[in-house]
Amino acid sequence: MLYREAGQFRTSYRADQRIFPIVQDRVAMGALLLVAFVAIPLWGNQYLLSALLIPCLILSLATLGLNILTGYAGQLSLGTAGFMAVGAFAAYGFQLRTPHVPLLVAFLLSGLCAAAVGTAFGLPSLRIKGLYLAVATLASQFFIEWLFTRVGWFSNDSSSGVINAQAMVIAGVPLDTPVRRYLLVLSVVSVLALAAKNLVRSRAGRAWMAVRDMDVAAEVIGIPMLRTKLSAFAISSFYCGVAGALWAFAHLRSVEPQEFDLTRSFQILTMVIIGGMGSVLGSFLGAGFIILLPLLLQSAMQGAFGNALRPGLEPNIEQFVFGSLIILFLILEPQGLARLWQVTKEKLRLWPFPH
Amino acid sequence: MQFFFEVLIGGLLAGVMYSLVALGFVLIFKASGVFNFAQGAMVLFAALTFVSLEERGLPRWGALVATLLVMVLLALVIERIVLRPLVNQPAISLLMATIGLTFCIEGLAQGVWGASVKGLDLGIPDNTFEVKGVLVSQFDLFAATVAGLLVGVLALFFQYTKVGRALRAVADDHQAALSVGIPLQYIWAVVWAAAGAVALVAGLLWGSRLGVQFALSVITLKALPVIILGGFTSIAGAIVGGLIIGATEKLAEVYLGPVLGGGIENWFPYVFALLFLLVRPEGLFGEKRIERV
Repeated sequence: MLYREAGQFRTSYRADQRIFPIVQDRVAMGALLLVAFVAIPLWGNQYLLSALLIPCLILSLATLGLNILTGYAGQLSLGTAGFMAVGAFAAYGFQLRTPHVPLLVAFLLSGLCAAAVGTAFGLPSLRIKGLYLAVATLASQFFIEWLFTRVGWFSNDSSSGVINAQAMVIAGVPLDTPVRRYLLVLSVVSVLALAAKNLVRSRAGRAWMAVRDMDVAAEVIGIPMLRTKLSAFAISSFYCGVAGALWAFAHLRSVEPQEFDLTRSFQILTMVIIGGMGSVLGSFLGAGFIILLPLLLQSAMQGAFGNALRPGLEPNIEQFVFGSLIILFLILEPQGLARLWQVTKEKLRLWPFPH
Repeated sequence: MQFFFEVLIGGLLAGVMYSLVALGFVLIFKASGVFNFAQGAMVLFAALTFVSLEERGLPRWGALVATLLVMVLLALVIERIVLRPLVNQPAISLLMATIGLTFCIEGLAQGVWGASVKGLDLGIPDNTFEVKGVLVSQFDLFAATVAGLLVGVLALFFQYTKVGRALRAVADDHQAALSVGIPLQYIWAVVWAAAGAVALVAGLLWGSRLGVQFALSVITLKALPVIILGGFTSIAGAIVGGLIIGATEKLAEVYLGPVLGGGIENWFPYVFALLFLLVRPEGLFGEKRIERV
């Protein structure tokens, strides 16, 4: 009843090609952005901003990056966190060695560094496929982790292994409060998400999906394999790199290799699966779900058992429930939260009528 | 030269330990096409269960049998709850399911038995002795013998028993195997139980070497380059791959490590396997894929 496209006619190609063809979607999106950009900075408290929204948005960006590679181009990667680390350390390096470069440009450059590394590690994908490739991407993860831990040039020979990230300043305004950092993250993520949304419905996106569905067939109909696969790796790593830079600078405010270990890679892969492979919206839903879940579990366990639990048991229960949920999701809804949202939209079209 | 051989033999024997974990991967992949990421967690689970049962006063053989039963039970539960609903799903879904399973098993193992590091003494002395001037560890030799026996038993099992033949049929073609009356679910349960038993052996050997702790689950990831090197579907590949990875890893650490800054053991096997795959994309003994549109 409320959510219907009836009566909305598209009379030009322009109207037909909009990202949100239905008025209700545009209104909802506008409202969401309004809340995110205006209401939350005005009324959100510090906990909400720095413990929930900032990590959630940054990991959404990384998830989006992996989703481009795995969900759209079909190349399974277990090295996401490595590319994030490249972004983080590159941003640190640019800030350290070329301090006159503006912050956003430094982030952009670090994204490009990650893209270059990603392309290099993407080269084997031309020859190795499927699960073999997944294991091969582990090489990038472990190699990059080792590189940043062992080679002093990247960390400016810091002895502790934890480097404080430089203070962020944009056009003379220091980004020192959670609200300002949140606004930076939100802006970057919004712009990149919009770009991703457009990218996946462009020629490049269609080429990725063709390769995902069957690469031999795609090659036969004339899709250049080299360019398509490498561009997927490059763009995916770019997103991961920017996310890594933001993670180090806007969330942790320190640069450390341990933050970008294999567990992080798995976390992001989980976000992609739970959110929905091949969906931009799903990347955000997945990241939100995985960030919120442990918090909800903790409070649920507090409520259920109080302090009666053996200390140290809680993280194990959490891990168990987490794993079970992944399995449950795969069994019940293999296409993830994004699919659930689609089903809801279908229901909303008809509601309150049965047909 | 003598030093070189010492490193080489140490590496080969360590490689056998990787092979043991890789064997579990290969068994499951062969029979069900599932890339079982949870094999490492199963190793941890088996070792932790064994040690904890022994701590609670069970005799060694009792603990061994009890752990074996627990592993079989775990296999049955996994087959019923995780695999059966996911039949015919794409490989990546199954892979993700086993990643979820990893979290589950790790949480379960540490939740039930506690997360502290436990010592495990199998009563095998870890002395070194000399063979023609080259030092060899007795424990490593024992591990290698066990691995060799295990492979022999598995090879015989696959080759000469009815269940083994059914396993190979399922590995070849699920649909065809089903149509000649091979019960898929039963086969899967058998394979997972066998992988559980292999995990128990690997867990005992690794556990007595490093102590039974969470790190076991991470170290066993090294089995991944082993199986991509050897090929996902080949038991011989798991063994040969393990030996190659073990040897090159140790040699690289000793000869390249000082140049590159040390600690390269962590990534060298992966990069080595990756480079190897560029030459042979299906691994040493993997089946060649023929792709058709």
